[in-house]
Amino acid sequence: MRINKKAQAGTMQSSDLIVFVEPADDLAIEIESTVQQQFGHLIEARVKQVLKRLSVEQCRIMVSDRGALDYAIDARVEAALRRAN
Amino acid sequence: MSKNSLGRELPETWRGRTLRPYRDPFSAQPEGPRVARPIRRVNPGDNKLLGSLREAIEASGLRDGMTIGAHHHLRNGDLVLNSVVKEIAALGLRDIGIASSSVHPVHEALIPYIRDGVISHIECGVNGQISRMVSTGQLDVPIITRTHGGRGRAMMCGDLKVDVAFVGAPTCDEYGNICASKGPSACGVVGYSHSDADYADCVIAITDNLVPYPAFPISIPQTKVDYVVKIDSLGNPAKIVSTTTRITTDPIGLQIAKYAATVIELSGLLRNGFSFQTGAGGASLAVAANVRDLMRKQAITGSFGAGGITGYFVEMLEEGLLEALFDVQSFDLKAVASVGRNPAHIEMSADMYANPFNAGCVVNRLDCVVLGAREIDVNFNVNVNTESDGTLNGNTGGHADTAAGAKLAIVVAPSIRARLPIVRDEVTTISTPGETIDAIVTERGVALNSKYQALAPDLRRRGVPVKSIIELRDEIYGITGAPRPIEFTDKIVGLVEYRDGTITDVIRQVKG
Amino acid sequence: MLHPRLRRSLLYVPGNMPSMLQNIPIFPSDVCIIDLEDAVPRTEKDAARLLSRRFIEGYTQRNKELYVRINGLDTPYFRDDLAQILPAMPDGIRLPKCEHPSHLRRIDDLLTEFEEYLGCEIGRFKIIASVESAQGILNVNETARASERLVALGFSAEDYTANLQIDRPKTGEHLVVPRQLLLMACRAAGIQAIDTVWADASDQEGFRRECEHIKVLGFDGKSLINPRQIDVLHDVMAPKPEEIDYALQVVDAIRGAREQGTGVVSLGGKMIDAPVVARAVRVLLSAKSLGLVDTDIDERVIYGDADA
Repeated sequence: MRINKKAQAGTMQSSDLIVFVEPADDLAIEIESTVQQQFGHLIEARVKQVLKRLSVEQCRIMVSDRGALDYAIDARVEAALRRAN
Repeated sequence: MSKNSLGRELPETWRGRTLRPYRDPFSAQPEGPRVARPIRRVNPGDNKLLGSLREAIEASGLRDGMTIGAHHHLRNGDLVLNSVVKEIAALGLRDIGIASSSVHPVHEALIPYIRDGVISHIECGVNGQISRMVSTGQLDVPIITRTHGGRGRAMMCGDLKVDVAFVGAPTCDEYGNICASKGPSACGVVGYSHSDADYADCVIAITDNLVPYPAFPISIPQTKVDYVVKIDSLGNPAKIVSTTTRITTDPIGLQIAKYAATVIELSGLLRNGFSFQTGAGGASLAVAANVRDLMRKQAITGSFGAGGITGYFVEMLEEGLLEALFDVQSFDLKAVASVGRNPAHIEMSADMYANPFNAGCVVNRLDCVVLGAREIDVNFNVNVNTESDGTLNGNTGGHADTAAGAKLAIVVAPSIRARLPIVRDEVTTISTPGETIDAIVTERGVALNSKYQALAPDLRRRGVPVKSIIELRDEIYGITGAPRPIEFTDKIVGLVEYRDGTITDVIRQVKG
Repeated sequence: MLHPRLRRSLLYVPGNMPSMLQNIPIFPSDVCIIDLEDAVPRTEKDAARLLSRRFIEGYTQRNKELYVRINGLDTPYFRDDLAQILPAMPDGIRLPKCEHPSHLRRIDDLLTEFEEYLGCEIGRFKIIASVESAQGILNVNETARASERLVALGFSAEDYTANLQIDRPKTGEHLVVPRQLLLMACRAAGIQAIDTVWADASDQEGFRRECEHIKVLGFDGKSLINPRQIDVLHDVMAPKPEEIDYALQVVDAIRGAREQGTGVVSLGGKMIDAPVVARAVRVLLSAKSLGLVDTDIDERVIYGDADA
C-alpha cells in the first residue's frame, strides 16, 4: 500500500491511541506511550506487524499511545494507513 | 545484602542504620520502656502565646540536625509545613529532618530547601514531585515510609525522635487546647498528631483561628502543648477536605464492588457487631454502599467503622447501622461536621488506630477492611508506594496495619489500568505482605488466599468468578501482554518500613 | 418455537471507544450490541468498523451474545459495515429503522451471501431488528415473520416519539399502543420482544419503574445504554421463589418422563406443553444467572435428543 497523503486515526482517550501517518522515502516509526517502559517493545512490534500486513514500506508513522491493547493498536494503525492511501 | 522473608534484597545497613529484615507480621517483640519527653512546669500567669512562627521556632530550641514533626490532615491544602520550613531556612538552620505523617504535592515548595541542605531527610511517605525527583536521581534526600501505626510505634520506641512538633490547629486557645472540628481550616480530627504531642520534646500549635479559652471539643489538650502561634491561614479549605466523597460510577468499579460485597456477605463476618473499614476511593465506597444495603436488608447493626472517615460512614452511623466511628482523619465536610457534634463519632489517635506495640489497637478489632492497590503479585503482596514506572509516589498509610489486624482483608483493584496489569509476577515494591491479605477482587474475578479458600464454592454459586491468583494473572497477561520489568540502579533512595519496624522493601533509583 | 436463550439485557457499546469495547467480556448483560450507528460520527465509521472487528476477532472466550448495530439501509454505510464485521463472527446484526418486512428480507439475503462467501452455516447470523416509526409499528405483524433469522424485535421510543412529533414524557403513556402491538406481533410470531432504551442514565429510580412496567407487559428484555442499568434490570426481572419452585418441578417432571421413555409430560395431573416448558427454562436460566439456583439446564433432557 502506498502512503500518498497525511492522515490520522484514533483519539487521546485512555486505552486508545492516535496514529499520524505521512509520506516518506523510507520507513520511520516513532512511538510515545504512557506505558513506554513496560510495553514500548510490544507496541512497536504490533505497529510493524500491521505495516507488513498492508505492505507499507515507505512512510513516517507516529504513535501517541494511552495504554491501548493490541487490537486497538492494530485497528488504529490500519485506519490511519488506509486514510493516507 | 540479605533477603527478607518476602524475597526482597536488603543491605545490612543503610545510611548508618542497621536494617532488620521483615520476617512475618506478628512475631517481632518490643523491648524496654517507651521513650519519654522532658518534664516541664508552667506556672500561673506564664504565657504560651508567641507572636510569630519565628519566635516559636527560636523558643523551641530547634537546632541543626534535628527533626520536626507535622501532620497531613490538611492534605493537599496544607500551608503549615511550607511556612514552617521557610522560617527554619530564614533562621539559617540546616540538616533538618521532616517527620510528617505524609508529604503531599503541595509540599513541592520544599524542593529548594532540600537542594540547599536545609532539609536533609524525610521520614514519611511522599506524594508528588519530590518523590518523583528522588526516584529519578534529580533530588537527593533519603525517605523512610512508615505505616500510620508504624509511625506511632517508631516514636514510642525512640526509633523516630521528633524534636519539635508543629501541629496545625484549626481552632486553638492561647493555652494550647486544640480543636480540629471548628474554624475556617477545620479538618475534623488530628489523629496523626497525637503521638507528636506525646513524644516530641517541644510541641507548637499553629492556628488561624485563635478563640477565647477554652477551645473545645478538645482534640489535643493544653497539657501537651508548649507554645501557640497564630498565622493568617493554615491552608486552602477547598483542598483540605472534599465537599463530598462520591461512589464510583465506573462500571468496572461497580462490578468489583458487587463481588467484594458478596465476599463479605458470605464470609460469615457480616452479623450484629460487624466492624468495617474502607478507603475513600470510589470503588471502596461502592463496596461500603453495597454492604450498607445488605445490613439494611438483613437488619444487621455493626459495632464500628474506622480509619479515614467519609460522609458515607457518617450516614451509616446516623442511620443506626453502626454504633460508633473511630476517626483518625476526616475526609469530607460531612465527617468534619459529624465529629464535632456526635459523641459516637470518636477522634482516634494513630497510636490507638494501628500501633502494634501498645496494649491493643483498633485494627485488631476489625472484622473487615477493604483496601486499594497499585499492584498485586502472585503471592498477594501489595504495592501502594510506587508507580508503574518505578517512582515512589505514596504513603503506606493504614494499608499494612489494617491488613494485619482485620479478620478479612480485601484488596479491590481493576485488573488492568491502561494496559498495565495490576496482578503480576512481581510488584515493584512490597508495601503490605501477602500473608496479611485474604482476597483480591478484580472485575475479572476473585482470588482467595489460604484462609478463605472454603468460600469458593458458595461464591461461584452466587455468580462470582473465583480463580487462583495464577489464573487471574495469566488471564490479565493474556490481554495486556507480559510487561517488561522496570530497570533500577543499585542506589537505594528509600526504605519501606513495616509497622513493627522491620523492612519489607527498599526503593531504588530508576535507571535512565 | 422455543426460546431458551435469555435476552433480558442488551447493552449498547460504542463501536469507536476502546475503553468501553474491551469491557464487553466483563459486563454482566446477556447481550452486548456494538454500535456502529448513532454512537459513531460519519467521519469515524471506517475507524469504528476496524476497531470493532479487531476487538471481536480477539474476543474468543465469548461469555455472552454479541450483536453489531449496523447503519440503516437508507445510509451508504451498511454494506461496508457487514463486509468488515461479519468475518469476525458476531452472533448477529442489530438492524435499525426496520419499518417494513422488505427491509428484513433484504438484510437476510445479504447475510446469506456473506455466509456463503465466508463458508459458514446458512442462518448462522441472527437478526434483532428495531422498529422506530409509526409506519414500522403498523407493519410490525408482517415484519415479525419476515426472516427466519429474526430472534427478536426491538422498539426505539426515541425515534418513534420524534416521528409522532411530540416530546417524550417519562411516564410513557404515548408508548402503550406501540409496545402492545410490538409485543403481540412478537408473541404471535414466536420471537422475543425487546423494549426501548431508558435514556436518562442518572435517573435509576425512573429506570427501575420502567423495567417493572415492561416486565408486567411481558417484554423479554430491554436495550440499555449504561452498564449501571444491567443489575437493576436483572433484579426487576428476577423470578419469584414460587416461580423457581414450579420451574424446578417442571424440569423434574420432564426428566422423569424422559427416563421412563414417555413423550407425555405431566405435573400434578396436568399436562405440560411446550410454552410451559419454555417458560420454566427461562425462569431457571434467569435464576441461575442471579445465583438463585445451581441447577444446570441440560438441553437434551429438556428437548430430547436432536433426532427424537
